[in-house]
Amino acid sequence: MSSTPLIQMQDVHKYYGAYHALRGITAEIAEGEFFSLLGPSGCGKTTLLRAIAGFEEISSGAILLNGADMAGVPPNRRPTNMVFQSYAIFPHLSVEQNVGFGLRRSALSVGEKTRAIGEALEMVGLGHLGGRAAHALSGGQRQRVALARALILKPKVLLLDEPLSALDRKMREDMQVELMKLQREVGITFVLVTHDQEEALVMSDRIAVMFEGEIAQLADPEVLYRRPATKRVADFIGVMNFLPATASGRSVEAAGLGVADLAADQMPAGPVTGACTVGLRPETLSILHDGEASKAREASAQIEEVVYYGDMTYYDVRLDGMDTTMRISMRNMVGRDVLDVGARTRVAWDPRAMVVFPD
Amino acid sequence: MISPPLIYALLLLAVPLLTIILFSFWTQNFLTIDRTFTVANYAEALTDPLYRELMLRSLRIAGLVTAATVLLAFPIAYFISFHVTPEKKALWIFLITIPFWTSYLIRIFLWRVILAYDGPVNGTLLELGIIEEPLSWILYNANSVVITLAHAFAPFAILPIFVSLEKIDRSLLEAARDLGEATAMTFIRVTLPLAMPGVLAAVLIVFIPTVGDYVTPRLVGGSGGTMIANMIYVQIFDLSNRPMGATLAVLAMLTVTITLAWFILHIRFWVHLSDRVGGGVLGLALAAVAAVIDIAIVRWVFLHGPDWFGPAGSLGVLAAIMGGGAILIAWFVPKGRWGI
Repeated sequence: MSSTPLIQMQDVHKYYGAYHALRGITAEIAEGEFFSLLGPSGCGKTTLLRAIAGFEEISSGAILLNGADMAGVPPNRRPTNMVFQSYAIFPHLSVEQNVGFGLRRSALSVGEKTRAIGEALEMVGLGHLGGRAAHALSGGQRQRVALARALILKPKVLLLDEPLSALDRKMREDMQVELMKLQREVGITFVLVTHDQEEALVMSDRIAVMFEGEIAQLADPEVLYRRPATKRVADFIGVMNFLPATASGRSVEAAGLGVADLAADQMPAGPVTGACTVGLRPETLSILHDGEASKAREASAQIEEVVYYGDMTYYDVRLDGMDTTMRISMRNMVGRDVLDVGARTRVAWDPRAMVVFPD
Repeated sequence: MISPPLIYALLLLAVPLLTIILFSFWTQNFLTIDRTFTVANYAEALTDPLYRELMLRSLRIAGLVTAATVLLAFPIAYFISFHVTPEKKALWIFLITIPFWTSYLIRIFLWRVILAYDGPVNGTLLELGIIEEPLSWILYNANSVVITLAHAFAPFAILPIFVSLEKIDRSLLEAARDLGEATAMTFIRVTLPLAMPGVLAAVLIVFIPTVGDYVTPRLVGGSGGTMIANMIYVQIFDLSNRPMGATLAVLAMLTVTITLAWFILHIRFWVHLSDRVGGGVLGLALAAVAAVIDIAIVRWVFLHGPDWFGPAGSLGVLAAIMGGGAILIAWFVPKGRWGI
């Protein structure tokens, strides 16, 4: 990796009239990275992607590509290529003509262009479809054509705008893995926009979670999942149970569970004293069945709701003395029966899984 | 059970058409109609250079009107589709239909005033010192027919082109930009090909009615702007030769049909040529050259064929060239875009 980051965003603001779409985005993306912009619709992630591509002028701040300021540089002069959400396959051209669209200005000979198009199609697994008309393609094939069309130009950055949202679930999961492999193979920096947290976690090296035009947290997937910076990030990425708690230094007492001494990275940045909130992921808690040995830390509870998923069972349990329920996910293993609603049970917990948020 | 629409269709379309076809095989015998079947009218219509000249002139004027209308309509449709905010588009389209609020005849008379020897066009040009004396070639000839018809048919061309431009997914234009093309090449490589269905619809909608237009050439055409419909009128009403008028009408219909069939089939060929070289500017240029050559060949045979092959022979040569070309294209050129 080079020393200067490939993409630098410095205090980027974007206004649409009075609407403040991007509010001071500052981030750096390294060369060869798989970077995701994750957030709910309307959070500004697509605007930011389009600003990098050159389709949106930013109101203030700077976007640098490879160290060069991109202000005023039109999309056709930027070393970026984009896979559009709708794929934007040219309906009047064949698959080959679509893939070769951007080669018109290249110095390659006709033979070299044909070979490059063939290689690009092979790369995305469409080697046999070159002559087909673009309108006769399935959703997944259209996406592959869009990928080949962008990658054939060997861009510095490939921008992907919700590329998988139009595909069905099975296809989406296959494409996630394929995109990752492809990215490693070509070594090009990928910037992905998605609202699907699972997709971002699976594919990315780093993720920027955005709300209301701001980056709420920028971290790698594991940190983002295990140590979300805010309740909102925690809630957006997966499921998290929130319990009222009181803190004094690093000693935190979670209502219904008990007192625990936490590590520094589990605590919020500023000092916390008094009322706060403790977060726990459903899979870090477990239901202890009858006969299972007691754990060091457990609390008694009652099962309020059972949702059976086949491989997993989700329990909503109410800790004794609490009004609200919390969710616990359990793997359905041999010999572990699914418990019934209303059953009394014990909940084992681990302080290492806790995250503390200031109130 | 015969439905009312079918009865309407029969009464209003089929019966008049069949009557005309029937008449075309009869002859006028002074005050009565001789109802013996004959093709004499056709023989006369096809051999007399006057009719051929009028037919060709009608095609030429309609072609010019179509070209002028479509070329002028495209920028307007483009502007409304791409540069007018969505909530104002309906208003713009509405404004374009305003000329229809006045009668067609009144609009033609207005053009007669505008283009007149002492009208505002000549007056302005004289005043500005651009011309020394009033232009005489802008009224009572083919030019004034083209101008008047192009104005009258403009909305018919703007609307289909506008619709086809509206249907273009804007992300396609962004994709072209993203893949390295500047705005001009994006237009040539993406916008124009995708707008072609609308352009073709505009060509048909303008060309078909203008070939047979009667009022405009009559009022602003003078002798140089007379078209085939005026001759049909003269035959039926002035010369009381209804069978000859019917024959000319049938031939005019056939000519329009054959011309358009030829045109549409050749578009397939031109588009295919363009695609073979990868489209873009080169493709556009190649298609344009092929179109000019194709049209020139047919026109030459139509005009000069009789001198070389005799009246009947020239029709045979024309049929061979057009039919042969049609068979070759239909056989060898795959069906392309726009369903043609």
